[in-house]
Amino acid sequence: MAVVLAFVIGALYAAGLYMMMRRSMVKLIAGLVLLGYASNLLIFTVARLTRAQPPLIPEGMTTPPEPFADPVPQALILTAIVIGFGLQAFALVLVKRAYQAVGTDDLDKMKATDTT
Amino acid sequence: MDMLLVLPIVIPFSMGIICIATWGQRQLHRLIALAGTSSLLLIASLLLLTVQQDGPISTEVGNWPAPFGIVIVADLFSAIMVMMAALMGFCVVLFSFGSIDPQRERFGYYPSILFLLMGVCGAFLTGDLFNLYVWFEVMLISSFVLLGMGGERAQLEGAIKYFALNLLISAFFLSAVGILYAITGALNMADLSLKLQTVKQPELVPVVAVLFLVAFGIKAAAFPFFFWLPASYHVPPVAVTTLFSGLMTKVGVYAMIRVFTLLFTQQVGYTHGLILVIAGFTMVTGVLGAMAQYDFRRLLSFHIISQIGYLLMGLGLYTVTSLAGTIFFMVHVIIAKSALFLVSGIAQRVGGTYDLKKLGSFYRGYPLLAVLFVLPAFSLAGIPPLSGFWAKLVLIRAGLETDQYLIVLVALVVSVLTLYSMTKIWAEAFWKDSPTYHEADIEQAVEAIPRRDYRLMLLPLVLLASLTLLIGLIAEPVMNLALEAAAQLRNPDLYLQAVLGNGVRP
Repeated sequence: MAVVLAFVIGALYAAGLYMMMRRSMVKLIAGLVLLGYASNLLIFTVARLTRAQPPLIPEGMTTPPEPFADPVPQALILTAIVIGFGLQAFALVLVKRAYQAVGTDDLDKMKATDTT
Repeated sequence: MDMLLVLPIVIPFSMGIICIATWGQRQLHRLIALAGTSSLLLIASLLLLTVQQDGPISTEVGNWPAPFGIVIVADLFSAIMVMMAALMGFCVVLFSFGSIDPQRERFGYYPSILFLLMGVCGAFLTGDLFNLYVWFEVMLISSFVLLGMGGERAQLEGAIKYFALNLLISAFFLSAVGILYAITGALNMADLSLKLQTVKQPELVPVVAVLFLVAFGIKAAAFPFFFWLPASYHVPPVAVTTLFSGLMTKVGVYAMIRVFTLLFTQQVGYTHGLILVIAGFTMVTGVLGAMAQYDFRRLLSFHIISQIGYLLMGLGLYTVTSLAGTIFFMVHVIIAKSALFLVSGIAQRVGGTYDLKKLGSFYRGYPLLAVLFVLPAFSLAGIPPLSGFWAKLVLIRAGLETDQYLIVLVALVVSVLTLYSMTKIWAEAFWKDSPTYHEADIEQAVEAIPRRDYRLMLLPLVLLASLTLLIGLIAEPVMNLALEAAAQLRNPDLYLQAVLGNGVRP
């Protein structure tokens, strides 16, 4: 399973970076979204994929019974997903405003800040 | 919980929340922003004093014991940086009172600044790597808002470039944190520092180190990742540019210093050697880029990059002296560079443009501004007795002590070229006669600015310019502080003890 996910993550990174290098703003955002997914999945995978119980500590014990899934990476991913969601929402609004102001979706035409 | 450590985060946060609750009320927002930043300044000075006397302090958020919970730590370096952030916040808020248009003020300008300060202080104070990522995002989203606010075409174009690059950094940073957790099972930086010495897969550590280097390198605008900075930093109002130049890239440098003094010190020759190479190229490309510019703010933006090179040079040399030089340089460059940006803002307000070719006659028309420009400009170039001289002296001495003559040579040449850039601004904006207006126009334009606005714009500039002179004249206490902070960085035992308690080391 980990091997399959490794390829999926690699493909997501590659697709994300490829999309970012396109000229369209919408594709840029799509690329950023894919990159975000890739890092989330990476954290999920490096924490080792096991079929195990949830990490709940029974009464009277101090550690959960082995084997259990490490809860920390999942907490990290949750946080990262929430942050990513906020940023993506902002990105969409930004792209829409930029499209209205510049009148094109083409990043190569956005050179006003490079020349003046 | 030690309130002193939490307050630099809580104050801007609560003030920002109050601003949101009273949305649209300009005068009230101004008052809140002033109260927030001045109390932040007070708390930051208290924190600095406490840390200087008692050594690094830490507190566990929610009383979860370290290394399991999130800790907030302040060693001397963090305390100095929080102090600088507070100072910048205070100056920029004052300058904003006189220069920001009412539309932006009504549209949540001050809360964005407060949230930005919260993110910056959080990043300086956190002792947890993932928490650092979260603070980065808090800081970023506020900076996006500040950058795009106003919705001018150039602003939106700049914002898109800035946004895309920063999201890319976030992805790299997050991946690096994930891999590091996989290797060590820790996120607390002090804990990581110990666990990284005995990892099972030491061959993975340099890979992660380079991922961090790239992520923070983009954030700090180091070579070869600097191109986003001159494309975006000159688009927002000058108060925002000043805040960004003073704090945002410095957070990247701070994170890099923290990570490469606390975590990745296993293969110093490889990682820090690489940083040294990057530092040299950053200095040179930044200053060469600046030479070609004739826009006041774009020129200064390129100089930000060049100064980042000096900061990284100290980290790359990795001795107590060089790190002290970096810390001194950080204090110096935040003050001097911000003062220069404020000068550019006033020059634009008076002369009507940022274009150096069209500006002019300021020396005779507005001698006070000329003095206020010369102080930070000479300081930046490293002319004694201003603060930049001592900062560069220490860095160069550190370079000579470690026999890194090439980087010393580069630093010296870049210093001369910096002086060239500063004289170019002097000659164009202050010395020559403007092609578009006369001396008398300048006096008229200055008269036309409402007195209150004018004083509010000048006050932070005078404050910063006199600080750069003051630090230069009485450099010793600041240098001692920097040396002590550097010693804590170079030998993090005190930091580890503050976080993990006694008996950390066998």
